[in-house]
Amino acid sequence: MDNLKIITVSQLTFEIKRLLEENFQNVSLIGEISNFKPHVSGHWYFSLKDAEAQISCTMWKGVNSAVFFTPQDGMKIVVTGKVTVYPPRGNYQLDVRSMKPAGIGELQLNFELLKERLKKEGLFDAERKRPIPNLPMKIGIATAIDGAAFRDMVSVAGRRFPLVELVVIPTSVQGVGAAESIVDSIKALNKVPEIELIIIGRGGGSIEDLWAFNEEIVARAVYNSRIPVISAVGHEVDFTISDFVADVRAATPTAAMELATVDMWELIKNINSTIGYLGESLTKRLKDERNRIKYFIQSYASRVPESLINTNRQRLDHTTYRLTTGLENRLEKTKSNLLLRIKALENHDLSKTLKKGFVIVRQNGKAVYRAKKLEWGNPFSMRFFDNQIEINNYEKE
Amino acid sequence: MKKNEKKSFRDMISRLEEITELLESNKIELEDSIQLYEEGIAISTDCITSLKEAELKITELKNKLADISQEESAK
Repeated sequence: MDNLKIITVSQLTFEIKRLLEENFQNVSLIGEISNFKPHVSGHWYFSLKDAEAQISCTMWKGVNSAVFFTPQDGMKIVVTGKVTVYPPRGNYQLDVRSMKPAGIGELQLNFELLKERLKKEGLFDAERKRPIPNLPMKIGIATAIDGAAFRDMVSVAGRRFPLVELVVIPTSVQGVGAAESIVDSIKALNKVPEIELIIIGRGGGSIEDLWAFNEEIVARAVYNSRIPVISAVGHEVDFTISDFVADVRAATPTAAMELATVDMWELIKNINSTIGYLGESLTKRLKDERNRIKYFIQSYASRVPESLINTNRQRLDHTTYRLTTGLENRLEKTKSNLLLRIKALENHDLSKTLKKGFVIVRQNGKAVYRAKKLEWGNPFSMRFFDNQIEINNYEKE
Repeated sequence: MKKNEKKSFRDMISRLEEITELLESNKIELEDSIQLYEEGIAISTDCITSLKEAELKITELKNKLADISQEESAK
């Protein structure tokens, strides 16, 4: 014991520091993240652990910006770095240079964890979703300006509704700083006057390529956007966190622009049918007016109760009947009276003449006044005062 | 297409809708309804013309959060 050399705390600590730092300059560790703390300074502090041990880790600002995902507690990762000792506190830690998920399943887990958390917080609530404006004239776009997504959107807008104005902010949508770039673009578009709708998105890619749209900061920027947001990331099958937060999720950027614009040919068709409809309305209006006038006249006439009209009509009919038939009867009577009198008058004069011995000869119902008028051979009658003789068969001289 | 023309396009569409409703309602004088009909026809023609003559406008914002200076690029 006595022959042991006495050294200071600093001497021991620096000896340990030298030993550790020389021997563990480049280690790769697999473990689960716990107690992850992103500091406002930009540095990350967390622990990496497994069933029996744990180690403190730091990842500096300039280095962690290259990590395409935001680490979450519980996520299994592989980190590479060196062991460092911090003498003032007498502890050791891992200075992390690079970080990646231990497997694609880990990203999925990360995705599920964040999704669950944001859902609980109400970022996906259906009641919060705003409708897409009916006929937006100015649409903001956050995507890569040289990407296929933007080309597709321009072509759809030009074909469907070329009256629209597209305001695009060139945005980095994958790799280092992509999430921040998307956030900045959403914020900037919110400041542009008259923009009524924002489309964020990108074309297809691997899960790592699309990862920026799974970041919490992007989710929050979408949530806080004053203007409704359509999220269109990757293909039909790809779902990102921003899709869940956005007011509307479109399967692809092309689909997003189709949702955002009306088809001008459809619109022209509608306008044309509106013209037709206006014409019909006017025609109907004119017809209605005509009917109204007709009805007015009719209703004026019918202010006299109908029963009274009917009674009067009946009386009129009856009177007319009486008038006409009465007139006819009287006419008939007068006529026959007249005839009787004429006959009586005739008979009176005739009988006197016949009494004197004259005879009336009749043939074919008519009196024959001259001998030459008599048709010889045909029957005739001779009227005497006392009798009439029919002469039918006689010998012609 | 000027900004005003664009804005007025939507105004024209809503005016057209308004006219349709007015003509449908029979609440206006016959004389006015004929005038409205003529206005509707004129607006429709304007709408269709501006749609057919429109050219897509693309504005690229280079300076993100800084001032919103617009740089136009014709497509």
